Amino acid sequence: MSTANTQTSAPGRSDLRWLWISLMVFSVAALAANAFLRKDGMAHRYVEVIEFERVEAKAVVESGANATGTETAQTEWVDPTDARLANGTLRLVEGVAPIKWKLHKDVASTTEANETSARRAAGDMSAPVVELSMWNSLGVWAAALLTLGIFSFLYRDNPYYKVSESLLIGSSAAYWMINGFWTTIVPNLFGKLAPDVVRAYAIPSLPVSEHPGLDAGLAFVPLILGFMLIWRLAPKGGWIAVWPLAFIIGTTAGLKLVSSIESDLMAQVVATMKPMVVFTAPSTSAVASSAVSAVNFWATVGSLVGVVGVLSVLTYFFFSVEHKGAVGKAARLGVWFLMITFGSAFGLTVMGRITLLAQRLEFLFNSWLNIN
Amino acid sequence: MTTTSQTNMNKQSPGRLRAFLAGIGNVDRRWIFLSMALAVGVPILLKLRFPEVPGPMAKATFDAVESIPEGSRVLLSFDYDPASAGELQPMANALVYHCASRHHRIVFMALWPLGKQMADKTIKDVLLEFHHEYKYGVDYVQLGYKAGNEGVIKLMTTNIPGQYPTDADGAALSKMPIVADAADLRAFKFIGSFSAGFPGAKEWVQYAKGNTPDAFKVVGGSTGVQVSQLLPYYPKQMEGLLVAIKGAAEYEMLVTSKYPTSHYADRLEEGRRRMGPQLVAHLLMIGLIVLGNVAMIAGRGMKGGAR
Amino acid sequence: MLRRTIPMLILAASGILLVVAYFSPFTTSWSETVLGWFNVLAAVAFVLGAGNLLAVNLELVSARRAGWAYALITLLSFAAMFVFGLFKIGVVPNPDHPNVYFAGDYESSQSAFGWVYEYIFSPLTSTMFALLAFYVASAAFRAFRAKNIEAILLLSTAFIVLIAQTAGGMFLTGWIPEDSMFAFLRFDWMKVGITEYIQTAGMRAITIGIALGIAATSLRLILGLDKSYLSKN
Repeated sequence: MSTANTQTSAPGRSDLRWLWISLMVFSVAALAANAFLRKDGMAHRYVEVIEFERVEAKAVVESGANATGTETAQTEWVDPTDARLANGTLRLVEGVAPIKWKLHKDVASTTEANETSARRAAGDMSAPVVELSMWNSLGVWAAALLTLGIFSFLYRDNPYYKVSESLLIGSSAAYWMINGFWTTIVPNLFGKLAPDVVRAYAIPSLPVSEHPGLDAGLAFVPLILGFMLIWRLAPKGGWIAVWPLAFIIGTTAGLKLVSSIESDLMAQVVATMKPMVVFTAPSTSAVASSAVSAVNFWATVGSLVGVVGVLSVLTYFFFSVEHKGAVGKAARLGVWFLMITFGSAFGLTVMGRITLLAQRLEFLFNSWLNIN
Repeated sequence: MTTTSQTNMNKQSPGRLRAFLAGIGNVDRRWIFLSMALAVGVPILLKLRFPEVPGPMAKATFDAVESIPEGSRVLLSFDYDPASAGELQPMANALVYHCASRHHRIVFMALWPLGKQMADKTIKDVLLEFHHEYKYGVDYVQLGYKAGNEGVIKLMTTNIPGQYPTDADGAALSKMPIVADAADLRAFKFIGSFSAGFPGAKEWVQYAKGNTPDAFKVVGGSTGVQVSQLLPYYPKQMEGLLVAIKGAAEYEMLVTSKYPTSHYADRLEEGRRRMGPQLVAHLLMIGLIVLGNVAMIAGRGMKGGAR
Repeated sequence: MLRRTIPMLILAASGILLVVAYFSPFTTSWSETVLGWFNVLAAVAFVLGAGNLLAVNLELVSARRAGWAYALITLLSFAAMFVFGLFKIGVVPNPDHPNVYFAGDYESSQSAFGWVYEYIFSPLTSTMFALLAFYVASAAFRAFRAKNIEAILLLSTAFIVLIAQTAGGMFLTGWIPEDSMFAFLRFDWMKVGITEYIQTAGMRAITIGIALGIAATSLRLILGLDKSYLSKN
């Protein structure tokens, strides 16, 4: 703003540096005290350990008089306590070792972990096994320190922030790519090109297509277009990537042409064409008993405002006619409507942003520091 | 600064006040950051809570879930990521709890790459915690994420198995009673989208509701930023709309007052909990805007201070 | 031919097919196939995005440009996440198919990929957005000035909405009876009036405007009148 004002606040800044530094030293000391002196200050995480065991079995088909039955070729992996093994409809495949593993389920709080452990120690075997998870405890610390790393940008740009930001960029790009690969490329592309391979190595229950040959043939199109799209990264032959791009643009245009006319143009025009005067339904208890009360005053005002608002804002958007005279006045009214719209949108945006901050602070206070 | 105080020599104290007020306009922004941190942080630590009065949009959302017959098949699409979880997770928790309380059969899916993680969290923290009887494949199923944005919705309007050959874990949908007969989106009575932008509730209205307007109800749970985009669709193209954290808090009120719970009740109070900091932070925002304007007016008469 | 005609034909064909499919049920299966391809390509686009990121950062590191150390961290975190996810390091077996290694769930926090998501990626991305709360405050302080009628309308609407959204609205005006003639002074009523009538009207007009724009652009693309996408390379 003014030079005079900048000068007054400039000397103040260097004095304040010590205030900021002491604030940070105090925070670190408080953090250490909380972690080492308080009982639950270390952000320990506990998990419930659930043991899994699966054995390979074959279904037994009863065939007439032969009481022993014959086995089907199809095998499935079942729990050893499965009722079908006991009653003989399933039979274990010999020579195949059972597979065992442990599943970890997060325990909501330290208090709950302690309670469950106490119950088990007291001889209650229905209480699950709970153990301290080093990885998850470490994770909470990592999450908290990275959260502070991002927040440190508020003081000023610094290496701590830059490292956190770089970690975010790298991990997010890999996350999206891997996610796209396992959720879409493997089942929806490879699953059609080579269903048997996908079934053997990744998705054993992938449904069998009614016309696998046709599916595989058609799946070559996105495969080739996909390679052409990635060609963009190559130094030469930029035109190659234009083909898949044209396909993406064409499909999007086809989708949007219909939907924007239907849902955003026609439906919105229809929604604007409402009865101007709104009458109160006879069943509701009217405010006053006079005959005029049959007209719902505020609802009527509301409909009028709605129609006038849409028309005036559209007038403002209509640049083919000069904004003079009556058109100019309507356009001015349109601007006012837009200002109120933006003001309200601003209020809603503020609310959203503050919520996100509240959630991060809740994480720091509850999950990490455990002081709330 | 010196010139200003010299010209105002005869009325020095108002001149100083004015200079002080004008100077506020140039305060180090870190003070504003610190005040915002305190305005949000202190109410959280003090656990400030205020009563909520449900507004018409939250009521409409509640009614939409209530109005479909018990045990209906509903589709909930998690179209957000951790960046918006603070606003949308409370809505998702409350809506899933509400649907389960009505014994609706719930199909989970995601249009955002991280949406499946968000849905998994709700399933773990709310659905299975409050409704142990919910069986996978019968009462609920997780379809997970698929790339393609609006293309996913559009394909689902005619061919769900074409889009989702299996669920998120690779199990065939044809063996699950909840979705075995779901050929297209008309199999659902209700579609809810927790939406943080593109693709989200807007696309569900455009591509799903636009296609078959009477087959199902569409409800949006929206972030504060996206609400403006969705308002024109309410109430005709979108039967309910939850507006940011306030909408979540109001809806939580409605749901927990009809279907109360004592165990882990805090998981259905996240929205209301986050409304405490809102009041203080909003008052701070108003205070900041007023201060900024006072500084502008004070600086107007000063040399070079007008803007 | 290869550079112009074929891309234009591809664009027109895919666009027209999807428009026709909306009106004719006979072409539904064709449009389903095309949409299936579209969705697969959307997943391939993530590969492209990651490839671009790698190219930029590798260049930074190899040329030892300013900030190359951060680029290296980006590359390392990308590589780690990539290996964790692609090879499903540490995943818990799928209960139905424990013998098929790649059938395991890579997103559970027991796996390396899920752990990084839960404790690194997720907190970082949500904090990044939480920063905006601070900047919106600072921007409001500096830029929200009541200079003319339009700005005053914007400001006063923001005030009403900000107060009405919290318990402050009910505290200040909740005592005004809802059936009195002054009910419109209640903050909750004003907020409903603003959002459901005025803001809805404003946004409706904007939506109509955007819809016309999108429809026109789509039509120009499909008809081959807009060829700007061809010259991008």
